[in-house]
Parts: sequence; C-alpha cells; structure tokens
Amino acid sequence: MSTDATSRTSMLRTLLHRPYFWGLIAIALLLAVNSLKDPSYLAIGYNANTGSLVGNVIDILRAAAPIAMISVGMCLVIATAGIDLSVGSLMAVAGAVSMELLASAGGSAGAALAALGLALLLGAVLGAVNAVLISVVGLQPFISTLVMMLAGRGLAKVITGGQNTAASNETFRWIANGYVLGLPVVFLLAVLIVIAVGLLVRRSALGLMIEAIGMDPRAARLAGVNRRGLLFAVYIASGALAAVAGIFASASVMTVDVSNTGYQLEMDAILAVVIGGTSLAGGKFNITGAAIGALLIATLDKTVVFLGISSSATPAFKAIVIIALCLLQSQRVRDLFRARRAKTAPVTSDAPKEAVAA
Amino acid sequence: MSAPPIVEMKGISISFPGVKALDRVDFRLFPGEVHALMGENGAGKSTLIKALTGVYTIDEGEVRIDGTPRRLGGTADAQAAGVSTVYQEVNLCTNISIGENVMLGHETRGPLGINWRDTHRRASEVLEKVGLGELDPRLPLSTLSIALQQLVAISRATVTDSTVLILDEPTSSLDANEVENLFTVIRSLRDEGVAILFVSHFLDQVYAISDRMTVLRNGTFQGEFMTADIDQATLIATMVGKEMKALDSLERASSRREVDRSGAPVYRAEGLGRKGSLEPTDITLHAGEVLGIAGLLGSGRTELARLVYGADKPEEGTVRLEDAEAQIASPSQALAARIAYASENRRDEGIIRDLSVRENLILAVQAKRGWARPIPAQEKNALVEKYMNALNVRPADPDRPISNLSGGNQQKVLLGRWLATRPDVLILDEPTRGIDIGAKTEIMEEVIALADEGVAVVFISSELDEVVRLSDRVMVLKDRRKLTELLAGDSLTSDTIIATIAEESAPEDPGSLEPAGTGASS
Amino acid sequence: MSAAITTPPAAPTVSRLERLRQQLLSRADSLPTAAALVIFVLMLAYGEIAYGRIFQLSTVSNLFINNAHLIILAVGLTFVIISGGIDLSVGAIIALSSVCGVILANAGWNAGLVILVMILIGSTIGLVSGVLIQYFDVQPFIATLAMMFLGRGLASMLSTVPVRLDEASGILLLGTKIKLIDGPKVNDLVITPGVLIALLVVAAAFIILHRTRTGRTVYAIGGSEHSASLMGLAVVRTKLFIYVASGTLAGIAAVVYTARLGSAQNITGIGWELDAIAAAVIGGTLLTGGFGYVLGAVVGALVLGLMNVLITRDGSIPPEATTIITGGILLIFVLLQRAVISRQRE
Repeated sequence: MSTDATSRTSMLRTLLHRPYFWGLIAIALLLAVNSLKDPSYLAIGYNANTGSLVGNVIDILRAAAPIAMISVGMCLVIATAGIDLSVGSLMAVAGAVSMELLASAGGSAGAALAALGLALLLGAVLGAVNAVLISVVGLQPFISTLVMMLAGRGLAKVITGGQNTAASNETFRWIANGYVLGLPVVFLLAVLIVIAVGLLVRRSALGLMIEAIGMDPRAARLAGVNRRGLLFAVYIASGALAAVAGIFASASVMTVDVSNTGYQLEMDAILAVVIGGTSLAGGKFNITGAAIGALLIATLDKTVVFLGISSSATPAFKAIVIIALCLLQSQRVRDLFRARRAKTAPVTSDAPKEAVAA
Repeated sequence: MSAPPIVEMKGISISFPGVKALDRVDFRLFPGEVHALMGENGAGKSTLIKALTGVYTIDEGEVRIDGTPRRLGGTADAQAAGVSTVYQEVNLCTNISIGENVMLGHETRGPLGINWRDTHRRASEVLEKVGLGELDPRLPLSTLSIALQQLVAISRATVTDSTVLILDEPTSSLDANEVENLFTVIRSLRDEGVAILFVSHFLDQVYAISDRMTVLRNGTFQGEFMTADIDQATLIATMVGKEMKALDSLERASSRREVDRSGAPVYRAEGLGRKGSLEPTDITLHAGEVLGIAGLLGSGRTELARLVYGADKPEEGTVRLEDAEAQIASPSQALAARIAYASENRRDEGIIRDLSVRENLILAVQAKRGWARPIPAQEKNALVEKYMNALNVRPADPDRPISNLSGGNQQKVLLGRWLATRPDVLILDEPTRGIDIGAKTEIMEEVIALADEGVAVVFISSELDEVVRLSDRVMVLKDRRKLTELLAGDSLTSDTIIATIAEESAPEDPGSLEPAGTGASS
Repeated sequence: MSAAITTPPAAPTVSRLERLRQQLLSRADSLPTAAALVIFVLMLAYGEIAYGRIFQLSTVSNLFINNAHLIILAVGLTFVIISGGIDLSVGAIIALSSVCGVILANAGWNAGLVILVMILIGSTIGLVSGVLIQYFDVQPFIATLAMMFLGRGLASMLSTVPVRLDEASGILLLGTKIKLIDGPKVNDLVITPGVLIALLVVAAAFIILHRTRTGRTVYAIGGSEHSASLMGLAVVRTKLFIYVASGTLAGIAAVVYTARLGSAQNITGIGWELDAIAAAVIGGTLLTGGFGYVLGAVVGALVLGLMNVLITRDGSIPPEATTIITGGILLIFVLLQRAVISRQRE
C-alpha cells in the first residue's frame, strides 16, 4: 500500500469520526434527491442588477442563518445539561420590538442601529431571567424556559398590540436581503457569529468549563468551577442569539408575525444540536456541528417544499430524525452494536485494556 | 450452629473497569444469627451485598440460597428468594403514607380496588412488630425521622416473610436510644429464625449485636470469626491491614526532619463544625508538616476535610490563614486561598470521566484563573508534561480520556490537578485507596517531597501504617469528634492509634445526641 | 456495653401540639390545590361583581362543555407528571386523531369504528413515547417532543385546511346538548355526552390512582424511581402504562373536541399540552413528581377556562396577553410549590 493511500484513508477516518459527518452526508443526499427531480437544482446564476448570486443553494444558506443562530445558543445551553425552549418566542419578541421601533422611528440608519441594540438587549435580559430561575431559584431548565416560551410569545403580542407590525428601513432590510461579494449578508453574518462564538468558547476556557459542569457538576464544583456564573453566561448568550435570529427573520420580510415568527424553532435548534453530535445529556459540545445541523434542517425544509409536500408536514421528518438520533445515542443500541463488533473481532475490544496495563 | 447455612457464597469475584471489587470472596450466613460484614471503605462490603441482592451480576463464583444455586437477576429475584434489604439511604418513598410504604405491592384488594382500611390495619400489625404500633399509618412518611423510617423499612421487609434480612449501615444516622430500639427489633427477628446480615462501621454496635463476623479488605476475604473470640484491636488490625511491602522503600518521614511549628500556622481553625457532620473541632496546619488524620469510616475525617475546603459550608468556627481572619465557604474561595482538596470519592467528585487527561489536569488551575484568562498552549503543555512526568502517569498520553486510565493513574492525574494550583495547604482524602502498590508508593513519596518543599499536607487514610509512616503529627477522630493529637516519634505506631480508638468506648456518644433527622444531610 | 433497653420505642409519644403541627405539615403539599380552589372561587366572585352573569347555570354549563377536552388532557398529564415525567405530545395527538377521524368518518366509516381508531391513534403514540423513554433512556420531554412533531407533521400530510364532519355523522351525537334544567330564558343547565365522558374519565382516573396498585406505583415512581424498583414494584410496566394512558386520553379528548366543533384541522390543539400541564400544576400536581390530585387537575382546567371567559367578558385585556397570564400563573404555582417543599424539608 502506498503512503498516499493510507494518509487518504486516515483523513477519511478522521472525517468519519467527526460527529457531524452524518449531517454532511444527509445534506449531500437531500441535494442529490433534489437534483434528480430537477437536474438544474444546484445551478447558481448571477444577477447583475443586485450583484448577487441566485439559486436554490443560496436560498438554503439564507434560510439556515437564523436557525444557526439559535442552534449555537442551544448548543451551549445543552452542553451544561440544560435546555432553552424559549428561543423561538424570544425571536418573536426581538422581531416585535425592532419592528415597532422602526415603524415609529423611521428609515434612518440610526433607527436601524437602535432597533438592533434594543432587540439584543431585550433578548439578553430575558435570557438572564431564565438564568435566574434556573441557577438562583433552582427550577428545572425545562420548566423555566417553558414559562418563558409562553410569556415571551405573549410579550411579543403585547409589544405589537397583537398586530403583525411592518416597517420600512433600508439599512435593517439590508441585513437580511443585501449582498456582499455576491453572497447574502445574512449568511455572512451568521458565519461570522458562529466563528466568533466558536473562537470565544474554544480560545478562552469557557468551553472546557461549560463541558465540565455539564458532565459532572459535583466534580466541577470541587475543582473550583463557578457554575452559576457559567449558567448566566450561556442563557444570556442563548437569549441574545435568539434575538439575532429574530432580527434575521423579521428583516427578511420587514414584518413580524407575532404568532409565527420563530414558532417551534426551538425544536429545530434542539435537532440541529443533536445532529451536530452534542449529546442531550450535556457535556462535550460541537458548535460547528450545530451550525451544520442548522444547514441540514434548512436543506430539509427546502427539500420538502421542493418535492411538493406541504411545508407544515416537515415536523414529521424532523421527528423521525430526532428519534433515530436518540436511538443511536441510547446505551441499549450501543451495547447491541458493541456486542456485534466484539463477536466479529474479539481482539480489538481488548486492545485498550492492554494499552492501560502497559 | 448445626443448621445448614441459608446463604452460601463461594469464590465470588466481581470486576469493574480498572478495579477488581471482589476477589474470590467466601461468605455464609446461618438462620437465626446476626452476622456482621466488616471492612473499610472500598473493602467490597457493598459490592458483596449488591451481589447477594441481584443488583450486580457476579463474574465468578456461586450463590446458594437455602441449598439451591441461584442466579439473581434483580431485586425482585432476590425478594422472591426471601432476601430483603434495607439500605443506608432508606429506600422508601417519602411522598406517600407510612402504611403504604410498608404494604406497597402487598395491599389488601377488594372488589373496589385497594381496601385502605384493611391495608392500614395490616400495616399497623406489621409496624407493631418493630414497636411502631402506635404510629398512625396514614401519615406521610416524610413526617418521620430517619430513624423511624429505618424501622418502617425493616417492617416492610417482614411483610414479605423474608428469611434473610440485610441491613446496610442502618445506624449511621441514629442516636443511642434509637440504636437500642433497632437492636431490640433485630434481636426479636433473629429469635424468630431470620438470618440478619448487619453492616456498620460502629465497632461498639457490631460487638453489641453480632454473633459472627466476616472481614473483607481490598476486595479479599480476611476471615470469619465468632464475635466473642476476637477483640477490637485484632479486628481493627485485620480490617486496616499492614501493607508493609509498599512502605518498605519509604523512610519514615518524621525521622528525617524537624518541623518548625513556632511561626504563624498556614491554616488554623477553631471550633470548625457543622450540625450532623462534625462536632466543633480545632485544626492547625503548619508549613512543611504532614498532618495525618486517623479514624475509622464515619469518624468525621472526610467531613473535617470538606469543611476546611468549603466543599460543605461550615456552620460554626473561625478560620485564620497566616494569622489573618478568612472566610472559606466554597471550593473556589478555598482555591483562591491556596487550599486544595482531593476528594476520597474519585469517581464522582474527582475525575470528570469524559474529559481528557490534559483537561482534567488543568481544570482547577483554569478555574482559579477564570475563564477569560486561558492558560497559553505552551504553558499548558509544559504544565501537563511536568506533572505527568513527575507523577509518572501511564500511559503518557495526555489526550486520552481519563476514564481509560487505571485507578492509580487517575489518582496521579488528580494529584497533579491539585499540585498545579500550587497550594499552601493540600488535603488528600484516601489518595491511596483502590490503587496498586506501585502507584501507592509513588504517591506517598510525592507527599513527603511536597512537605519538604514547604506545603502543609493533610493526609487521610484508613491504612494506619501509611498514616504513621508519613505523618509528623496525627489527629485521631472518632464518632465525629477529635479524640486527641499525637506527635510522631518512636512511640507512635499503628497499634497505639488502634488502642486509642478502641479504648475510647463512648456509650454517652456526644456525636449522636443531635435530635433525630438532622443526619438526613447524607 | 450497655444492656439492651427493653422498653418499646419512645417514638410515637409526641405531644398533641407536635402531632397537630405534623398533620398540618403533611397537608402542606395539598396547599396549592387549596390555593387553586380559592382562586377559582375568587375569580367567580370577581367575575360576578365586575361583569355579572357568571353565577348562572348557562355559564357553568358552558365552562364544562368548552373545557371537557382540557379536563381529559389534564387528567392524563396528571398521571405523567406525578410519575416525574412530562408529555408534550398531547396537543399534536389531538390534531392527528381528529383530522384522521373526520376524514375516515366522511369516507363512510362507521362512527363507532372511527371513534375507536381515534382513541387508538393516541394509545399508539403514547406507547412509542413510553418505549423510547423506558427502553432507550430518552428523556421524557425529548421523546414526547419528537412525538409532538410526528403527530403534527402527519396531521399536516393528511390535510392543511379545516375538514368538516358530515352533518349526519354519528360522532356529532357526542356533542349534542342535553338540557337537564330548563332555566329562565337561555339560562339552562346543559350537558353533553362529551362532558359526561370527561366526568367518567375523571372518576376512572381517581379510582386507578387511589385504589389500584398500578396507581400507587405511579406515586412511588414519582417519589423515587430507584426506591420503587428496589421495593420490587412493576416500574417498567407502570411507566409504559402511564404514557399509553396519557396518549389514550388525548385520543379521547380528540373525540370529545371534534364532536363539539364538528370539524378538525392540522393546527388544532397547538399549545394545549402547555394548558394541560398548567392545569395539572395549578391543581397541585408537583412538577418534580410524587404529589398530585386528579380532582385538582379539574379545578386547574376550570381556572384556565374561567380565565378565558373573564378575559373575553372584560374586553379591555388584550387577548394576546392570555399566554403571558397563563405563563405567569404557571410560574407562580411552580414557585409556590418550591416554597412549600423547602419549608417541609426544614
């Protein structure tokens, strides 16, 4: 065997061991299915008027942006062995508050900035409320954020007075509909934010500490890790990222639909995180994986519509994916696989023991 | 004892990843006897019990109950075979009534479902047997103290007409009177022919109640004795063992140097205490000194260490660091004050299984620095390399998950974690438990080296020989209070410590005069 | 060694005052239920004073008729929550089951058969949740969340527009209003077979929870699943039963709701799982498991129903604030429960 071949196989093996490997395969598969139906599905054109690339793939990238935002936040929360069910509602709140502000403050760039700032602030504050309920009062994350999910949706409706407020502001609109270098701004922003969050948690010690409290809160506490502070950080981050997602979602149509903006997107976020290889039990997390998960969900959404199935049926497909992933994560199924592998190759299963003894 | 044994276990072995919890252990239990199972933490007592109750499956060996070989697949199997267990952490449901807890699964049923009147009447009858006949079985279990819950659990075991009753540390949270009540119940059950397996770390109680005992140490069978034939000192010596081999290479630490106790102590606490876990205790630590803490399981040795570290918040007492008043109420405060503590519970409070050796090693240093100041990669590698080399961690691969390492190497990584924080005070709680002799020696050498460097080391171990070898001063604890402090010297041997503990019989046990129920913190 | 003390245990000799305190303490867990009852009465009184026409037969009748499905759902959730679990799929089950039912009925199926299918859809989904939770260690809220997605998605595949039952369908009989007391004008005491079904469900659930071993095992699991299995109780079977029961009751709720409305849609029942959870919690069921009352859940459902009536009557409260109020009430009750528990622990 040549060294070239072995290095290629080892590269393939590292990729195979990436938790999001199957996510990438699934995206490729879905795109292939779409190409079968319409061979020109993957074609990308150039629109000289707007200076933008156009095509189905570009649409998918655009749609993935808000999902990626909440998925990244959810990823951090799940790593602490928590959950944030309120992200969808917080998207609506952020959309509502920014649309209301723009509707009254007009079309200036300053108004757009103010709307952005206010939405982010509100998202962070509501995230902090979640954190208080969980780390100070001591409620289960699931129930605290469930309450916030109810209240947040209501708050969005109260902010707009129950209306689906629309506004016009070119700067704000540009966030979701503009192009830079031919790519949608919203996609570029999402990539930047994912990279920024990824660098922040991995270059600082946040990532390690978040994993530590998610894996073993007792041992982490004895090692001096400050659980309460970290919980505040992740829930505030999740709230603020949900606000970003809300801005993306409402800026694309310059309207907030208080009942439907972000509706059930918390489920998409959870799904994206699990696809990305982060266990729902907390611990090791993978931000890149979550972003790829978001991309897969956006692809799935578009595919379902493209194949002529009602878009409201997509939840069923997502459910099947969730169930499959949960089964793969479960001990029972793993034991089954392990037993089978041990039967076929008893030598390899002993290898780690020998290594320890050495 | 002419009757054949009701339970006979032969050559029982059970392994967990990295540990052999039981190694060809024999055990037998006769009807109408109280049989004590003795041994220190990690000796394999609870593993043996769980093998008998079907919670663990055994790797090797045979269990015979009433003469027939059994494969126990779970609690229900064991109960069907007549084996009932009352665990230390009373396994009842506090949210339902007393009577229901007794009768759950055995309620009287009529045409309209459960007949509560009759069920509660029968519960009262059963409770009567353990002297709780006057209790209203309709009250929720949560209204009872732990002591009474313990009795309720025992009466539940009698509903099923068990022939074998296992009591796992039933007295750990009872006061003297409650213990006597329990013993009255145990004796009457014994006289009815029930075989009772009694596990307790209170030697006095074991002598008061048991007829026969089996001693385990490090997962091996040490012997079966009639209680009347073995005195306390011999028993303790059998339990704690004298593992001379590991120590031969070590010089006695105290003989090599003099500790300077004239300066301000690094750490000094007066009246450090917490209700239900430790009587107010004074403790002083000097730089360069190894303070050994001796005492049996449950003597308060771990509790003291946790209070010093802030792992449990002290309820009383003042702390001075280098003569400056200080407040240590949490592990992060302790770390900031340069105090480090390696927990005896390596699995649940020490290692973080899914993190790598590297991450486990730097975690405490990183927590001390705060999240925003990550350790630069170069420094991190140097740190990891330094401690992995110094402590001889094998395999020397920092990126391996720590769960892949043997117990001894996990312990070395944890020691590295605390050393990396450069502590002034280092508390090691059972650092040598459950690890092989080579690793043991290495860790003890490291302790001496640390003291030479000027660290104040607190060394807690149930292996008394280790304590004697390493310590410059030994604090002896019993029943959650300090008995005395002994300075190292030729007169200090493990036998003198054993004698100190054994002599101090405490019928008027001040440690357990607390009102019932406060011990529920466990 | 001191000699054995021969006197019987001194435990039960507590003073009368102490016993009273204990009894009060032991009742503390029913405090939230009592609070819910008080709130319900206060709401009734406030409504009567502020808007009038609350204390009358027709209002009460409507309260029951309009909330029969919610009562049934809340009873199912009570089982689940007492055991320490959660079921988020019930709203979606209603959507799937009712859309399916209407389509089958309109295709000419026998009404009885359709009803059976509708109920069995719920049981099946509940069974799948139970298997995922019990055998594959999936957290309850994730497993039932997946079922919620699945149910909602399948319902949407069947139809995305409202489907109407044929006027002649036998299912509608369950929604017929039966006048029990003919009051003045329209102030009649009216009941529907749907309400009767709800009341039967409540009675059956009460008997199961309080008079059968299965029911008591539900409580034991909620107290401590570990203890329950060490006590040798049928934990596995009971947990499966709990989720199947919750699913089945959601199927029954779908029948009752469809019979009343005469139509179904894929978006029917959105958020009802939260209403049902809120009803159970308001009624005194502890979200962490172990405590709860079926009758409390009924009160909880009525509190929520009455709240909607009052908000409609008032007119000045924007209807969009309803979810905030529901969320707020839920939070208050959860906090109340925490306070009671920590008081008890002292």
